[in-house]
Amino acid sequence: MKRLTGSFWISKILYVLLIVYAAITLIPFLWALSASFKPLSEIVSGEVNFIPRHFTLANYRQIFTEEPLFLRWLFNSVAIAVSVTLLNLTFNSLAGYALARLQFRGKRFWFLLILAVLAVPLQVTLIPTFLILKAFGWLNSYQGMIVPGMVNATFIFMMRQFFLNFPPELEEAAALDGLGRFGIFWYIVLPLAKPALAAQTILVFMSSWNNFLLPVVILFEPEMFTLPLGLNTFKGEYISYWNNIMAASMIFTLPVLLLYAFFNRYFIQGVTFTGGKN
Amino acid sequence: MTNQRLKPRTSENLVGYLFMAPALLVLGTFVVLPILYAVFLSLQKVQLLGGIEYEFVGLRNFARLQADERVWIALHNTAEYVAIVVPSQTLLALLLAVTLNAGVRGKSLWRVIYFLPTVTSSTVLTLIFMWIYNTNGLLNRFLAAIALPTYNWLGDPAVALKGIMLMNIWSTAPFFMVIYLAALQDIPQSLYEAAEIDGANAWGRFWFITLPLLKPVTFFVMAIGVIGTFQLFDQSYIISNGSGGPNNATLTLVLLIYQYVFRDLQMGYAAAIAFLLAALIIVITLIQKRLFSGDR
Repeated sequence: MKRLTGSFWISKILYVLLIVYAAITLIPFLWALSASFKPLSEIVSGEVNFIPRHFTLANYRQIFTEEPLFLRWLFNSVAIAVSVTLLNLTFNSLAGYALARLQFRGKRFWFLLILAVLAVPLQVTLIPTFLILKAFGWLNSYQGMIVPGMVNATFIFMMRQFFLNFPPELEEAAALDGLGRFGIFWYIVLPLAKPALAAQTILVFMSSWNNFLLPVVILFEPEMFTLPLGLNTFKGEYISYWNNIMAASMIFTLPVLLLYAFFNRYFIQGVTFTGGKN
Repeated sequence: MTNQRLKPRTSENLVGYLFMAPALLVLGTFVVLPILYAVFLSLQKVQLLGGIEYEFVGLRNFARLQADERVWIALHNTAEYVAIVVPSQTLLALLLAVTLNAGVRGKSLWRVIYFLPTVTSSTVLTLIFMWIYNTNGLLNRFLAAIALPTYNWLGDPAVALKGIMLMNIWSTAPFFMVIYLAALQDIPQSLYEAAEIDGANAWGRFWFITLPLLKPVTFFVMAIGVIGTFQLFDQSYIISNGSGGPNNATLTLVLLIYQYVFRDLQMGYAAAIAFLLAALIIVITLIQKRLFSGDR
């Protein structure tokens, strides 16, 4: 691709643009990271230094010792996000496979229904979901956070498209060998679906981990909070203790960042897939 | 359409429904039922006192919308937010994608860096930006250093929403950049070569080949952008502690729905606002589809 870089100057300008935008992207993160290692006095001094003058781990120690619920919030977030992810992987794949491969009465109707569900804005279902969870006695509980989100129409659709493009010969051979439908699905199909599953894992985990609206609506006891809610309360309690708030934010960001670092290829695939579905 | 050869029909029906059962159960309970329930709620006056009591009020909830000053404020804020953020983030996404696609070195490294805000939670981003937006925060110090006016970004009603706009353009554009990048890679190189032979310069090739071929993607990016921006909630809630302040400057439709449900306990009326929001999103998406028609 020499078409744009043919000219020396254009190529220089391109790289300057890239570097400037990389700085715009990174500066807020670096600024937050550096604050999490600074004592409060250094933060309020008004100096703009990205390398802490008095490097300290005290902020991290403080949020674990002085905020007894912080560990609990971390645990809640992990428990909920992991459950939601595993259940989504199972249920969306099962449904996607059925829609792609199995012949059953009403299949077309259910497929169209799932497509229609894709278009429903969350806000319309939010209030009724709250009332339904209330009727179940599931407000302020793990199941209230997990069950409504353990299936996702977008990913059912994605799995269906993925399985449709699968060569059916393997499954036919497995059927001749006497494997049942579920056996074929579990032993033959799922292992081959790893790229789609990886993309799904990342996107589902991330959206559950970062979810703010559902917990703010259904969780009200501090012990049950997930990290986003916890962080928000934290902000209220520690107004202007930005060193502690930033340390907590960094801990919250780390798991997703690690996931992203290892699986960023699948991230991109997942985004392009959900982007290309139109 | 595929393989009826595998298994007899009756068991196939049963297996099909077994595979579908969890999905149908959950989507039925938490999407389909809620939609019907929402329609019902919007026609009722709902009392939440221990139990739940309904009183049929017909279309009165919808009639009330027009006279509600806070609905107009939220509508105005949300509309302004959508009108500025959607075009800006689309343009920025396109610009970044085209730059990355111009044959620069280390393309995937740049992409990894740029994508970072997209994977970070809205809560964390909002907290970081609240700190940067502080009266003596990083942004104001930077503005002062280059002799530009500084603002009370969070406390001044005139700029509070602008602050959220800036942050969200910054954090969402890379998501759409990835979608543009994928589309750019699908454009056959031969088209550009042919245009070059015909004497088209870089700008001409972009204008007459790239842009028209990206039209379906641009429609998608704008449609998803409209849906996402209309639902602004987290950032407003965190910055204003749920109040929509300062002076209602960050009050959005979703925040208003939240307030009517949990502060005023007016579920029926809140459901009516939710339908107003849904209707707006649908109408604007249809208008966009019209404007972009001719493709798919």
